[in-house]
Amino acid sequence: MVPLEWYLVLAAALFCIGTYGVLARRNAVAVLMGVELMLNAVNINLVAFWRYLEPGGATGQAFALFVYAVAAAEAAVGLALIIALWRTRDTVVLEDVDLLQG
Amino acid sequence: MVNLLNLAWLIPLFPFLAFLAVPLFTHRDRKLSHSVVIGGIAVAFVLSQIVFWVAVTHHSELPFESTVVHWLSAGVERFTLGVYIDPAATIMIFMVPLVCMMIFIYSVGYMNFGTDEVDPRYSRFFCYLSLFATGMLGMIVFNNLLTFFIFWEIMGTCSYLLIGFWYEKKYPDPDKITPKGAGLKAFIVTKIGDLFFMLGLALLYAEVDSLAYKDIFNPDTLEHLAHTPFLGTTMATAVAFLLFGGTVGKSAQFPLHVWLPDAMEGPTPVSALIHAATMVSAGVFLVVRMFPILQHIDPSVLALGGIPFVALIGTFTAIFSSIMAVAQDDIKGVLAYSTISQLGYMVAALGIGAYVAGAFHLITHAFFKALLFLSSGSVIHGVEHGHHHAHAHGDHHDEHEEEHEEGEWFNPNDMMNMGGLLKRMPRTATAFIAGGLALSGLPVITAGFWSKDEILAQAWTMNKAVFWTLAVAAGLTAFYTARQLCLTFLGEPRTEAAKHAPESVPSMTVPLLILAVFAICLGWVGIPEGLTGGVIPNWFHHFVGSTIEAHGHEAEHVIRVAGHLSEAVHEFDWTPMLIGTAFGLGGLLLGWLVYGWKPMKAGEMDRVEAGMRKVGLGWLHKAMRNRFYFDDLYDLLFVRTSIGIANLFDLFDYGQPIKQDDGTLVERHGVIDGLINLFGRVGRGLAQISDWFDSKIVDGLVNLIGNAGKLSSQGLDVFDLKVVDGVVNGVGSVVREGGNALRPIQSGRVQNYLLMASMTLVGLIVAFFLIISR
Repeated sequence: MVPLEWYLVLAAALFCIGTYGVLARRNAVAVLMGVELMLNAVNINLVAFWRYLEPGGATGQAFALFVYAVAAAEAAVGLALIIALWRTRDTVVLEDVDLLQG
Repeated sequence: MVNLLNLAWLIPLFPFLAFLAVPLFTHRDRKLSHSVVIGGIAVAFVLSQIVFWVAVTHHSELPFESTVVHWLSAGVERFTLGVYIDPAATIMIFMVPLVCMMIFIYSVGYMNFGTDEVDPRYSRFFCYLSLFATGMLGMIVFNNLLTFFIFWEIMGTCSYLLIGFWYEKKYPDPDKITPKGAGLKAFIVTKIGDLFFMLGLALLYAEVDSLAYKDIFNPDTLEHLAHTPFLGTTMATAVAFLLFGGTVGKSAQFPLHVWLPDAMEGPTPVSALIHAATMVSAGVFLVVRMFPILQHIDPSVLALGGIPFVALIGTFTAIFSSIMAVAQDDIKGVLAYSTISQLGYMVAALGIGAYVAGAFHLITHAFFKALLFLSSGSVIHGVEHGHHHAHAHGDHHDEHEEEHEEGEWFNPNDMMNMGGLLKRMPRTATAFIAGGLALSGLPVITAGFWSKDEILAQAWTMNKAVFWTLAVAAGLTAFYTARQLCLTFLGEPRTEAAKHAPESVPSMTVPLLILAVFAICLGWVGIPEGLTGGVIPNWFHHFVGSTIEAHGHEAEHVIRVAGHLSEAVHEFDWTPMLIGTAFGLGGLLLGWLVYGWKPMKAGEMDRVEAGMRKVGLGWLHKAMRNRFYFDDLYDLLFVRTSIGIANLFDLFDYGQPIKQDDGTLVERHGVIDGLINLFGRVGRGLAQISDWFDSKIVDGLVNLIGNAGKLSSQGLDVFDLKVVDGVVNGVGSVVREGGNALRPIQSGRVQNYLLMASMTLVGLIVAFFLIISR
């Protein structure tokens, strides 16, 4: 059987890849995809911990489902933002969007 | 031997592997991509043939359920997975891979493989097709409703992807739906049905505690469902109603039929595969699967004139859409409405309890409708090429450029632009005519006749109203089919394009001819025994009906059918067959008299339309052509209402200036902006009053005091300038320099902020562990 640690390493790797995407990609859509990877890394953790530590309950799965719902909502809002950005500024490159600059 | 049925596990696997292989490895090589996909379905086809023949030869051992794998657990709930092969699944396993394979091969030619015009997303197309086959096959073979739903949704996704396959296509007429819009429409409309399906699953699971067929079809369970009250009716009725919602969406039954005609925006192989032969029959297959539950519903719920709601919807859809089909000019449009109508036939059959007849029509229809669509695709392809040929004056333009240059868009789907194609495309025409005759139910030789006749015969014994409606629909079907055949193939070409249309390549015509054989011969397995006195056995009825007969006594897998069904088959009644035949032949003959006797000339008005106008029914024809305005009604009720509500919310706060089509930015102010501005104005007014008070009165007082103080304080001036100012300026400049130093951090780029946050977090974590480990 695959030990729990493997799942955790996988999740950590996925999380790091996602973080890298969020921090380093210039395209807003790719950033959003990075966020999705991070969320799913968390899901792997939730489900793995549930399976190995609390297989009797359903807490881990329930939380994972919550994360899915949140991720879907996040994607909807994020994509709406990107579309608004594209319409008003003709770009989805995040470096060009610096209205907050001090 | 019967364990060979375990091979059914592998049937969906190979198309799925092909689906994975194309985007991962082979998509750059078109030939390899289509070979992989066709290879995948070919393996599935071989396996399915093995499964089919084993199932047929061991049909006393059906339904077969394989070793069960435990695949999903949630808390204490356990979901298991296995294959479940009963006669209904067996005949689907025979039909689906065969039709899929024919269509895949046809697609090679249709997407112009090996020519300059090959589709730029050729490999992607095959990848989607393969995923679709996975969905359909997976839906058939597995043993519970949850996987059924999952594969059902996979097909829904493929349908969306494939209808919108040419998503960049735009038409000059803004009212004509684009592929992109059609894909969205199909997806959203079918989702409404799927929502009902899902609720039905939840209800069923809550009550039965399992979604496996063998648990649901347990007679005790069915009895329990039939006698559990639920919201004023019984649980079985509620479950059947909700599950039937899924069918209404997927099989385009009224009132969710609006998506199917627009789905014809997809490439024609897709129309044939998904929107005629297989996916839309998934909805009917769901009713076939859920038939035992349907047998236990309270028939008076939502019934009209003694017809239960399933039959009601089916019958109405059958007649309603065949009326609309008469007024369509789009060659695929006619077929689309015809599909809706034929699906209505099947649903009506199942609704009145004619299980075998419904399943039989499902299979024969899949073959002849796939055939019709593929041949219409071949016609369109030919006319398109004829159009290019007629307008190619040495220089080769891109298709879209050419359309713009001409200023006038040529519609290769319009039957008014065809005519006389029998001579130009003989093989396609033969296939088309075979399919058309099967659809209109030409007696004795075609498959459509036998299956339609069986439905009519059942309807005759169950309910006369259903029978007459279906018979009229059969007449209309024959009429519009004759109209379509005459307009497309007879007479003289009405355009240059039709005059130059070439016959299609063999990879397109060979599948057509194979399907044509099935469209004709398949009906012979289901000839009623009463007609021939049992000389030719009604194989289909014995096999599919065996679920009802052979397993009637066993406790485990009973599928009950209304008792009078088997009687109706044995005592053969000539009346319905003769009436049905009269309607079918009458429709064909009338169609030929109107359109074939003297073929239409170019520019002539459609004859039915002209005739209806003459008797003052022009408005009715217009309504038929415009789909009885259902699309407009839904547009008004749902689309515009949603947009209205969105605009209402938008009124509250326009965030950004909106860019107009000409590129100018328009500032808009909503309710929230207005409120803020109002507060701003009030504040400004107050400030002005204060200002006046301040400058006139307070200042006067202050100045007075100040002047007095000034006189007295001049002595302290030096201390003030040097010491106090020095301190104050010092503080100020420290803050300013500090601010300047920190300013670059505030770049305005969210990612930089995130980076800082992450780094800080990492730093804190490191610090935390350092402290912990100490």
